[in-house]
Amino acid sequence: MTFLAELAINGALVGLMYALAASGITLIYKSSGVVNLAQGGFVMAGAYLVWAFIARLGLGLIPGILAAAASMGALGWLTERLALRRMIGQPVIMILMLTFGLEVVLRGLVPGTLGADTKPMPIPISQAPVWLGDILINRTYILGGAVAIVMVALLALFFRTRAGIAMRAVSDDHLASWAVGIPVERTVALSWAVSGGVAAMTGVLWGAVQGVDWSLSLLLIKALSVAVLGGLDSLAGVVIAGFIVGVLESVISGYVDPFVGGGTREVVAAVVIFLTILVRPYGLFGREVIERV
Amino acid sequence: MFYRECGVRHTTYAADRALAVIPFERVMLGVLIAAAAAAPWLVPDLFLVSYLTPWLIWTAAILGLNLLMGWAGQIHLGYGAVMAVGAYSAVHLARAGAPFVLAVIGGGLAAAVVGSLFGLPAMRVRGLYLAMSTLALQGIVDWLLVQVPAISGGAQATLLVPRPDFLGLPLATDAARYWTALAFAVLVALFVANVRRTDVGRALIALREKDYAAAVIGINVFYYKALAFFVSSFIGGMSGAVLAFMYYRAVTPEQYGLHVSIMAVAMVIVGGLGSIIGSFLGAGFILLAPIWIEHGLRQLAAALSINISPSTLAHMPLVIYGALITGFLLLEPLGLAKLYDNVRNYLRVWPFGYTKK
Repeated sequence: MTFLAELAINGALVGLMYALAASGITLIYKSSGVVNLAQGGFVMAGAYLVWAFIARLGLGLIPGILAAAASMGALGWLTERLALRRMIGQPVIMILMLTFGLEVVLRGLVPGTLGADTKPMPIPISQAPVWLGDILINRTYILGGAVAIVMVALLALFFRTRAGIAMRAVSDDHLASWAVGIPVERTVALSWAVSGGVAAMTGVLWGAVQGVDWSLSLLLIKALSVAVLGGLDSLAGVVIAGFIVGVLESVISGYVDPFVGGGTREVVAAVVIFLTILVRPYGLFGREVIERV
Repeated sequence: MFYRECGVRHTTYAADRALAVIPFERVMLGVLIAAAAAAPWLVPDLFLVSYLTPWLIWTAAILGLNLLMGWAGQIHLGYGAVMAVGAYSAVHLARAGAPFVLAVIGGGLAAAVVGSLFGLPAMRVRGLYLAMSTLALQGIVDWLLVQVPAISGGAQATLLVPRPDFLGLPLATDAARYWTALAFAVLVALFVANVRRTDVGRALIALREKDYAAAVIGINVFYYKALAFFVSSFIGGMSGAVLAFMYYRAVTPEQYGLHVSIMAVAMVIVGGLGSIIGSFLGAGFILLAPIWIEHGLRQLAAALSINISPSTLAHMPLVIYGALITGFLLLEPLGLAKLYDNVRNYLRVWPFGYTKK
């Protein structure tokens, strides 16, 4: 029982951190209907930037993270401005492949210039675990889960500001938004910028968990499974789906790994994506799109 | 100029629907195939083994994917997994004693069965969701390959491929391997070119444009979607098997991972959706351009005596490859086939450029 609780609690905290990664995908999908397959690359680039700002340039912890978030925001904005905006009206596969091309570029460029070996994220968190009765919890996960909740809450608040309301309108209908004077292009670009900033924050957390190297970009599949299960365009869905995926992954790998020789953790996210799309494509909380000829 | 249609007239439907209507194209095709057949005497061995052979096999694979993506309009981000199933099944068949041709066909059939599973979500969703579900299935197949020792022999294992023969004739030399690849690619190209002219091809194209609309005019959407996935996976599985027999000569799970699926889609898009010559050009471009560009950059850096760290150099092919994908999508979304078409259309009406075709 303790074992199950331990797996579930740690899994839930990890799931919250997945949710933060997924919220970047959700933000962009909400505003423009594009699924950004480069989100994993963005997270990796964000983590590298935080490391570079703090360890290489000697900025403090908070200024370093803020500088990285700002740079990633600029990168997100530039991506939309220079690449995605030219692809409006192209088939879905073209846009998906464009974002995947970006992912490949980032995966080569960032470790290529900043060094491919795994680096420790320069954040002072003690490695000692937290004991909750008999249950052992990873301290980094607690911090990560807390930060993830705060970030998602901030995003939810952001949707109540003027720019956020404009973004909701844009997610509803581009044409109607233009008609009432909302600058649709600028709003979409803003969503990319915010998503870049979120990616930097995700990079800090995951960099602290597993170190900074290219493998951070593999977070894409987990983030995608959370976003799909949550419904792609729902922030509440992302948090709940994050819980579900995190707990499932942790519990299933905890109980099944001894029988199959490990590695179950890697496949749970993929199975979640497949089953969600087969059974309920619009996810738990997503909007069901009615298609007409 | 060369592509003159002057004097080309058709008196039968069969002539009108021939594969190559313009005489120059027929001649060019003949010359190209003759040159390809004579390549073992024309080009150095290294070039033959490491560039031409994989190029031809990849062309066949991409034709299969293009049938699905370009003609039937279904997105597939798990083609690498389909090729893996074909390769592993064929190799296991061959190790059990099946002759080469039967092993390849068996591999294709196994891949077609698994590939139809990839098509399952296509019955309900399409576009974005289909892309993500095929991506997920790629992950699941990858995982199964590594985790089930009966298939791959374990994560680090390499399965050696038995020496292939064709009707008792051993395919041991580099030239023989190359010719096998060439014959395979030509067969697949002929098949796909002919599918386009049949009712099945028309049905697939209707499906691509809008599946609901296709259903309204009486096309059985389920049947044709399943057929497209089955046939394309069959070709993909055979290509994976031929790749294993004629190029790698051993199979490991990483040879057919997610990055291979992405590469395959990149080849289709860079080549041009729904184009046969595009599949050929796209496969060659994505396979060879990063190697040559990297080589050129290294020489440039050496000539200008710029010091580049080994880590940067090691990551350069990845950057070039990604930049090629993004660059092509932004600048020429219709791919290399469109560039070829531009030249062809220009020459067809030359010197009367204003009679736009």
